[in-house]
Amino acid sequence: MTMAPKREAYDVVVIGAGPAGLAAAATSAEAGLSTLLLDENIGPGGQVFRAISSTPVTERNQLGADYWAGAELVQALRASSAEVIHRATVWSLDRNLDIAVSIGGASAFVKAKRVILATGALERPFPIPGWTLPGVMTAGAAQTMLKSSALVPDGRTVIAGQGPLLWLLAAQILRLGGRIDRILDTTERGNYFAALPHAFAFLTSPYFAKGLAMMREVKTKVQVVSGVTDLSASGDGQLASVSYVAGGKRETIPADLLLLHQGVVPNVNLAMAADVEHRWDDLQLCWSPVLDASGNSTVPGIAIAGDGAGIGGATAAVVRGRIAARAAVEALAPATAAKLAPMATLRSDLAKAERGRVFLDTLFRPAPQFRIPSGDTIVCRCEEVTAKDVLDSVAIGATGPNQLKAYRRTGMGPCQGRLCGLTVTELMAQARGKTPQEIGYYRLRAPVKPITLAELAAVPKTEADVKAVVRG
Amino acid sequence: MFKRSEQDKRPPVQIFVDGVAVAARQGDTVSAALLASSCDARRSTAVSGAPRLPYCMMGVCFDCLVTIDGVGNRQGCLVPVAEGMQIEIQKGKREIGR
Repeated sequence: MTMAPKREAYDVVVIGAGPAGLAAAATSAEAGLSTLLLDENIGPGGQVFRAISSTPVTERNQLGADYWAGAELVQALRASSAEVIHRATVWSLDRNLDIAVSIGGASAFVKAKRVILATGALERPFPIPGWTLPGVMTAGAAQTMLKSSALVPDGRTVIAGQGPLLWLLAAQILRLGGRIDRILDTTERGNYFAALPHAFAFLTSPYFAKGLAMMREVKTKVQVVSGVTDLSASGDGQLASVSYVAGGKRETIPADLLLLHQGVVPNVNLAMAADVEHRWDDLQLCWSPVLDASGNSTVPGIAIAGDGAGIGGATAAVVRGRIAARAAVEALAPATAAKLAPMATLRSDLAKAERGRVFLDTLFRPAPQFRIPSGDTIVCRCEEVTAKDVLDSVAIGATGPNQLKAYRRTGMGPCQGRLCGLTVTELMAQARGKTPQEIGYYRLRAPVKPITLAELAAVPKTEADVKAVVRG
Repeated sequence: MFKRSEQDKRPPVQIFVDGVAVAARQGDTVSAALLASSCDARRSTAVSGAPRLPYCMMGVCFDCLVTIDGVGNRQGCLVPVAEGMQIEIQKGKREIGR
């Protein structure tokens, strides 16, 4: 079913229906602002609450209480007057707050007084040898299939990496009767000491008890190897084995499925294409937008909420969504802001939700060898460019990611740098003895997702548009 | 590689993969249905022809590209299955007119 936006202009357009977007859209609509929520997926929930209103997993304890909390957000949104369109891919947003969105193969254009970007996160690239082989996927991919289709691994399965999501996924797979042969934990030993000074905040956060219980649950059922310092996948046209080094000893095990995860990073493409300033975050090792306390970016009218504003997790994302929406209401209809939760309450909710984050970020800061590959390991999956290719280009004069495009087409494939951008920045920074901030990132432009020429050609045009490009 | 949980009571949907009938479930994405089936769903890349399967399942990696009802380069992980849908495993780059 194709559904174009009902109006040409809205007070608030929210992009992304994950925790932040659901909360932002409901809050904005509740205050009486005309609100449009655009989302690329089939239903609401984003990644954390994926398939929240359609999951075939009926045994609620298998997905956990944190997942089902998403149902309330969806209810609140549905009870509001916000207009919601799914399977809507926003491919352009500019400084004038003009939005282009592809729905069912046709593009529509809407204008907003305020835009709240809630485009969330994606999994950090995990460029190890063999990570493009069929049978190697992200942990998030397996979780998506588990939530939306109740699918679980049933072949020889290895999970490798680090971070809270890895343990949650492992627990969920086991609860649904799936198979895990081994978990390879790549957390650096030194991180435990580095994280220690931040441990108190974490111990008093809700994540602590839940995380510990989950790790215990998994460890009673699966062999866990910690201190993994080297990891590779191999096979001929299909994953056949996983090889790793732990405690200085190499081991190779047969595998049909390898699930990789080393944390999540902000999905920056749309924000960067709208010219929102980003800076390198040296703790989270990613680009984060420059925002004020209400989520307002450096582009007037564009706010960012949720993990796209810097990784904070689902609970923080919900609060950030409410803060950004309240700020929009204060700007556009100050009289109605009194209906909403006071900003001071929201800010204290946010501080609570973010407690323990520095501990997690420090403990699960991925090791250099899993972020900065070497030799024949593929960096850019789309254009099939290796680490050696990148370094060779640096040796003959490529200075940064944008110059590298001319040498190697890195970042110019369909994923537009989402799976290689961070790797390219860090690899080039290391090779040139510069900081990632100095090296920079790809210059991103619309369309931020590929659309067909036919779709562009079918866009309605005025006589002036035609005159501008037709000669004579 | 993946199996369906017994608690999944969603109604079946029949799709065709390179002409062969495959049982999917209502609400599956094309990519999930392919990974749950016994089909060899490996596409080959436009650059080197290397075999690939979906990697991220959330619309960012483009390794799930597939031809759906005659239209190439669709992200299979973002498209829900529909009764009678014709899927072709895409080998290499999208062809003109498809």
